[in-house]
Amino acid sequence: MADEANRQFAGLSDVSISEDIPVEGDISVPMSSSSSNRQRGEEDEFSTLDEPVKETILRDLRAVGSKFIHVLYPKRSSVLLRDWDLWGPLLLCVTLALLLQGGAADSEDQGGPQFAEVFVIVWFGSIIITLNSKLLGGTISFFQSLCVLGYCIMPLTAAMAVCRIVLVGGSGTVSFIVRLVVVTASFGWSTFASTAFLADNQPAGRKSLVVYPVFLFYFVIGWMVLTFSPSQ
Amino acid sequence: MASTNDPFQFQEFEEAGNLLEANRDATTISIEDDDMPERQRKAAGFTPDVDDKDPHASDDKTELLSGQNKSAPFWTFEYYQRFFDIETHHVKERIIGSMLPWPGKNFIHVHLRRSPDLYGPFWICTTLVFALAISGNFSNLLLNLGKPGHKYSPQFGKVTIAATAIFSYAWFVPLALWGCLLWRNNKIMNSVSYSFMEIVCVYGYSLAIYIPAVVLWIIPFEWLRWCSIVVALCLSGSVLVMTFWPAVREDHPKVIAAIMSAIVLLNVLLAVGCKAYFFSKPEASLSAAPSAALQLTKAPSAT
Repeated sequence: MADEANRQFAGLSDVSISEDIPVEGDISVPMSSSSSNRQRGEEDEFSTLDEPVKETILRDLRAVGSKFIHVLYPKRSSVLLRDWDLWGPLLLCVTLALLLQGGAADSEDQGGPQFAEVFVIVWFGSIIITLNSKLLGGTISFFQSLCVLGYCIMPLTAAMAVCRIVLVGGSGTVSFIVRLVVVTASFGWSTFASTAFLADNQPAGRKSLVVYPVFLFYFVIGWMVLTFSPSQ
Repeated sequence: MASTNDPFQFQEFEEAGNLLEANRDATTISIEDDDMPERQRKAAGFTPDVDDKDPHASDDKTELLSGQNKSAPFWTFEYYQRFFDIETHHVKERIIGSMLPWPGKNFIHVHLRRSPDLYGPFWICTTLVFALAISGNFSNLLLNLGKPGHKYSPQFGKVTIAATAIFSYAWFVPLALWGCLLWRNNKIMNSVSYSFMEIVCVYGYSLAIYIPAVVLWIIPFEWLRWCSIVVALCLSGSVLVMTFWPAVREDHPKVIAAIMSAIVLLNVLLAVGCKAYFFSKPEASLSAAPSAALQLTKAPSAT
C-alpha cells in the first residue's frame, strides 16, 4: 500500500521551484548561501559558531548593502524577496527619524514629527500595506513585503539628507524649489522601486489596488521630508 | 473500477458535471472555497451558458454561495479576505456611483449587489485623513506666506485628530444606523434590510466626494470653499438618503423624518467641522498672527 501511495505521488517530486519565482517565507536551504539566515549551533557543515565575529557582522552588512544596490537599480529580481531581512529597514527608519529631529522641536506647539511618530508611521504603515496586499490575494509573505517597503524608503532618506544640506544654505524660495524637485524625484523613485518588486505577486486586475496604498505611504513620508523646517 | 477505492480521485467533480449537463437550469451548490468561484468553475468546464441565458439563476447561485460563505469565523484571516474580493474597475465604478446620485438607483442594490468590500471605505477614509491634514497645513502656509513673525509648523498632531474624527464617523454612525434599522425592523416588517458591512461600505464610499473638495479648500477664497462644501454635501447627502429611503419608507412618517435628518445632519456636521478646524479663515489669521508673535516673544523670556 505504501508503494502504491509512493507511486501515486512520484510525479509531484518533479515540481521544482525556479529561481525567478519568489518563494514565500523564509526557506532556508542548507546548501545555499542565504546570508541572513543564522544557523548557529547546527550540527551540519554550515556551522557558524566558530567563525570570528567580524565575519558574521560583515556577512550581514554585505547582505544589507547588496539590497541597497538592488533598490538603487530596481529591476525584476527576486533576491530582495528571497533573502529578506529587517536590518536595512530599521537602519533607514532610525536615520530618517533622527534627520527629522532637531527642526522646530524647541516647543511642543511647533508640531514637527516626533521620533516615535516617524517610527509609527513607517512601521504601522508598512504593516497595513502588507495586510492589504495579502487580503487582496497576493502571494508575497508578510516579512518579505515589510522588507521591500522598508528598503525602498532609502531614496527618501537620501532626499532628507540632501534637504538638510540645502537648508543650511538658507530657507528661501529657491531652496524650497530645489527641495521640492529632490523630494518629488525620490518619492517617484521609491514608489517605482517598490512596485517593481510587489506588483508582480498580485493577481491581474488588482495591481492598482495594491499600488495605490504604496503611493500614499511614500507621499506622506515625502510630505514629512518636504515640510521639515529648521529651527532658527 | 480500481480507482473507486482511491480517496484522491476527483469523483465529485465528474458527478456534478454530469448532473449539470442533464439539467442546466438546476441551481448548484458548490462546496469550494468562494474566493474565485467563477474561475474555478470555468476551468472545470461547466457553467458555460447558465449565467448568460438566465440571470435569475446566477443571482440564486450567488445568493447561495454568499450564504454558504458565512461559515468562516470572524477571527480568521479568510473571513476578512472575502471583503477584499474586488477588482480595480469595481472600485472605480463604486466611487463614481457614490459621487453621482441617480434618482431611483440605490447604491447598495446597483453597485454593491450583496458583496460589500472593506477596501474602498478603509482607503478612502485614510486618504481623506491625510488629504485633510496636508491641505489644512498647506492652506495655512499659503495664508501666512511672507508674513513676518509667523513660523511655519507642520502640525502633525492634527493628523491624529483628523483620523479620529473621520474613522469614528465612518464606523460608529453606520453602527448606530444599523442598530436603529434593526430595531425598527423588529417593529415593522420591512422588505429591505441592509447588513452592517453594506452600511459601512455606503458610508465609506460616500466620503469619496470630499477628497477633491478638501483639495479645493487649499485655495483661500471663502466663497469657493463654501461652494465646494455645499456641492459635496448635496451629492453625498443625496446618495445616502436615496440609499436608505427603501429601508425606512414603510415606517411611521416621524421616524422616517428623524432618521433621514439625522443622516444628513451628521454629514453636515462632519464637513463643516473639518473645514472650521483645519482651515482658518483669511480674516482670522490676520488677528492670529500678532498673537502668535506675542506668544513667541513671551516663550523665550519665560524660559
